[in-house]
Amino acid sequence: MELDPRGQRFAAALTSIVIALVLITGWGWLALAQAAVFAITAWKPRLGPYPLIFRALVLPRLKKSTEREPAAPVRFAQLVGFAFLSVSAGGYLAGAETLGLVAAACGLLAAFLNAAFGLCLGCEAYLGIRRLTGRNAETVRNA
Amino acid sequence: MDPVGLSAVAVVLVAGVGVGLWRRRVDGRLRPVAPAPVPVDGAVEQTGGVEDVQEIERLDPALLARLGAEPGRVTLLQFSTAFCAPCRALRRISAEVVALLPEVRHVEVDAESHLDEVRELNIWRTPTLLILDADGRVTRRATGIPTKPHLIAALAALLRSV
Repeated sequence: MELDPRGQRFAAALTSIVIALVLITGWGWLALAQAAVFAITAWKPRLGPYPLIFRALVLPRLKKSTEREPAAPVRFAQLVGFAFLSVSAGGYLAGAETLGLVAAACGLLAAFLNAAFGLCLGCEAYLGIRRLTGRNAETVRNA
Repeated sequence: MDPVGLSAVAVVLVAGVGVGLWRRRVDGRLRPVAPAPVPVDGAVEQTGGVEDVQEIERLDPALLARLGAEPGRVTLLQFSTAFCAPCRALRRISAEVVALLPEVRHVEVDAESHLDEVRELNIWRTPTLLILDADGRVTRRATGIPTKPHLIAALAALLRSV
């Protein structure tokens, strides 16, 4: 499966705005809603609410582009976002406001870097995490 | 309106712009690899060396063989993961460069299935590109996507010196 990278940038921009609103209002339910958006997009990128908005409202106004990117990095990034925003929602709704704030701020940083610079923090952290935790796949097979 | 939340947004945006600009500057730069420090008691072996050539440690041929990049040719050794959109762009650029310079070989390694080698070569991010000379020395190293002209220039210098 492949996706239009412009749709991802658009979704990241919308995500940044929503998370900024979460931080400013401290509204836990909004964080939960954003977590749900992440979950749906990670599960089925084409059914994600922001990509749907992109295809309905933005894509018809853009020039055609054949550039596509693989869906796997995007889905992984959405999962990372889901983790941050569920922790944030849990924090705000349970009264642990600091936890909610810090988790949402992490999510905002990742979404903003993606929207403004096309950087995918979660994707880059992936190898680092695997390095720390994982064993060589070949070694595992040979063992 | 939560003043703490508002300042958190401001801090994150400023930090984000900083990180983004820094990464834009550093990304894809083909850094020359510093020669490995020569141990003092090993200096005797160096006497016959050409003085102009800085001695860079050769990678263990067994390690290179495990990555499918046996020494013998100038090699673009690319480390990728499945969750890495720029890796694909780098694959395309490398393929174009190899088409122009047939002496050069492009080897792409799935970092996830070679974690031991990834640790040994100190690779943290994908894509990471190592330029190996024919003897299996890492001469340059880039994280992110180098430009095609920079890549060709670095390789041309290496091919000339052979």
